[in-house]
Amino acid sequence: MTAVGGMWLVRRLVASVAIIVAVVTFVFILIHAAPGKPCAGQPGEAADPVVCEQLIRQFALDRPLYEQYWRYLVALAHGDFGYSFSLHRPVRDALAETIPFTLQLAGAALLLDFVLGLGLGIYQAGRVNRLPDVIIGNATLFIYSLPTFWLALLLLLVFGEKLGWFPVGGPNDPIFCPVIDSAYCLFDRLWHLVLPAATLGLVGAAGTARFQRAAMLEVASQDYVRTARAKGVPERRVVLRHQLRNALLSFITRFGLAFPFLLTGAVLIETIFAWPGMGRLAFDAILARDYALVTATALIASVVVVAGNLLADILLGIADPRLRVRGGGELENVTA
Amino acid sequence: MTLGSWLALFVALIAAAETARALRQRGLKHERWRRFFRNRTTSWGLSILVFLVTIAIAAPLVAPLDPIVQPDPVHLKNLSPSWTFILGTDVFSRDVWSRIVYGARVSLGIGALGALVAVSLGTVVGAVAGYYGRRVDAVLMRGVDVGLALPRIFILLMAVALWDGLPFVTLALAIGLTSWFGTSRLVRAEVLSLQQRDFVVAARALGAGDGRVIFRHVLPNAAAPIIVSAALGIGNVLLLEASLSFLGIGVAPPRPSWGNMIADGASSLYTAPWTTLFPGLAISLVVMSLNAVADGLRDALDPREEAM
Repeated sequence: MTAVGGMWLVRRLVASVAIIVAVVTFVFILIHAAPGKPCAGQPGEAADPVVCEQLIRQFALDRPLYEQYWRYLVALAHGDFGYSFSLHRPVRDALAETIPFTLQLAGAALLLDFVLGLGLGIYQAGRVNRLPDVIIGNATLFIYSLPTFWLALLLLLVFGEKLGWFPVGGPNDPIFCPVIDSAYCLFDRLWHLVLPAATLGLVGAAGTARFQRAAMLEVASQDYVRTARAKGVPERRVVLRHQLRNALLSFITRFGLAFPFLLTGAVLIETIFAWPGMGRLAFDAILARDYALVTATALIASVVVVAGNLLADILLGIADPRLRVRGGGELENVTA
Repeated sequence: MTLGSWLALFVALIAAAETARALRQRGLKHERWRRFFRNRTTSWGLSILVFLVTIAIAAPLVAPLDPIVQPDPVHLKNLSPSWTFILGTDVFSRDVWSRIVYGARVSLGIGALGALVAVSLGTVVGAVAGYYGRRVDAVLMRGVDVGLALPRIFILLMAVALWDGLPFVTLALAIGLTSWFGTSRLVRAEVLSLQQRDFVVAARALGAGDGRVIFRHVLPNAAAPIIVSAALGIGNVLLLEASLSFLGIGVAPPRPSWGNMIADGASSLYTAPWTTLFPGLAISLVVMSLNAVADGLRDALDPREEAM
């Protein structure tokens, strides 16, 4: 990487950290401004007022907000996420336990999303307005419009309950495979992963297919594609080397935007499929007014979003020579 | 279903089909609107939207039963679809069709209101940032960067769960307030490129004020992406509302919204799937129609096709 590129990366990293700190601050203020005491417990579950007072004093929640905020930032800088009083354990442990599950879910969904989505989009672009394109186009439009949680219930009903092909919830067989220690248990995990990952992946793939089809057609009308055809480059090569390569550039930006979608989906899908991931953890934390846990999950979520964007920009800089010459400056100018 | 509600439903269907047909007839005269109707799905989407808006407005006529009163939770609960209850009854013995019809008011209302808030705010912020540039732009766009990095679902969950019992207008506002960041970037980019154009420079040279230049000269020419993002925005807001209601913290029962109907139905998913299926189908149809209309609008308003 050139010196210019290095400077750009440093600037972007600093900006990313600033964004994440801003998000943490916002979430911190929002949750402290909310009515209700932190240890009010779940609705309908009264907390012991004596215990509650003790907790508030123990975690310095009776101190002024700026002091709490400062303490929180200092602790965060030392890698300390605080203590979750709804789970009675350090937040770090709760995160370490749930994040792998969300990663597995999101990873599988992302794989399905991109493989299926790109494949369909490219296939459609080669057959514009012919029957396969129209059929796939309408199907992707419909699937893209489905509420993910509703599709989840639908798949659960059909493949879980009626056909009984897949388990209806949980990450593994609680009796034979509480931990993954054999090939069978690995298979068991994958088997449990099918429905939740398919739900997220299918909706994502429909969006990706629509996007990729449009990107391919956009490129198809460019002069360099016409030139390639005119000078007798074989069709296959035109599509793969000229059309697809350029269409993939805009796909990289989309890749960076896929993370927020997966995150939103994770909250709902994990709740429906009893998948013990971070989305469900965050939802439960919010209901329990667990300050430290809520702020930490929001922090992780914003890190993921920001890192996704940064990664996409870096990949774009590597893939697009035009950006390398400019030192990877303003990306929007090129894509706009 | 009573004879009256069948009749009203029939009238609504005819009205929707006729409206779409009439619009298409008129539209075919103009090149731009011919492009809008070029795709068959767009016409279908338009008809579905008109139909749903009609039944939402005429809800008392189209719905045979009260959406909230529970007639007989013991004997009439979870009945499968029949001529009396055309889409069956839910776990509290309420008519699913009547609830979908009344739920259309809530869901479409929140969708429209939320999208209106999001698009107006995004447009104003984007226009101001793009027009004034420099420091104003820097401050606003850094704010937008943060907004885009906010885990929106968490923020909404927090806002809605912690201040419980929000009236649904506030819910729509909350969704709108967290959904404008993308639009503002879009509008800013558009304004930046329009600002260099001769007609804007000319307007400014003639002494037009900032407000006049922005609202009379710049924004009308940036209308295309704004309109498209509004159409997509309604669908997104509707989906978010449904997700929140599904998690049990959106529109408060017993008032029906399509999202909380699915939440009610999910508990008896295996024994009475219709209570989950139909409201979800309603959401999917609306969002699909809006996406189809947005596709059509994109084709119709694309300046590159204008030149061809």
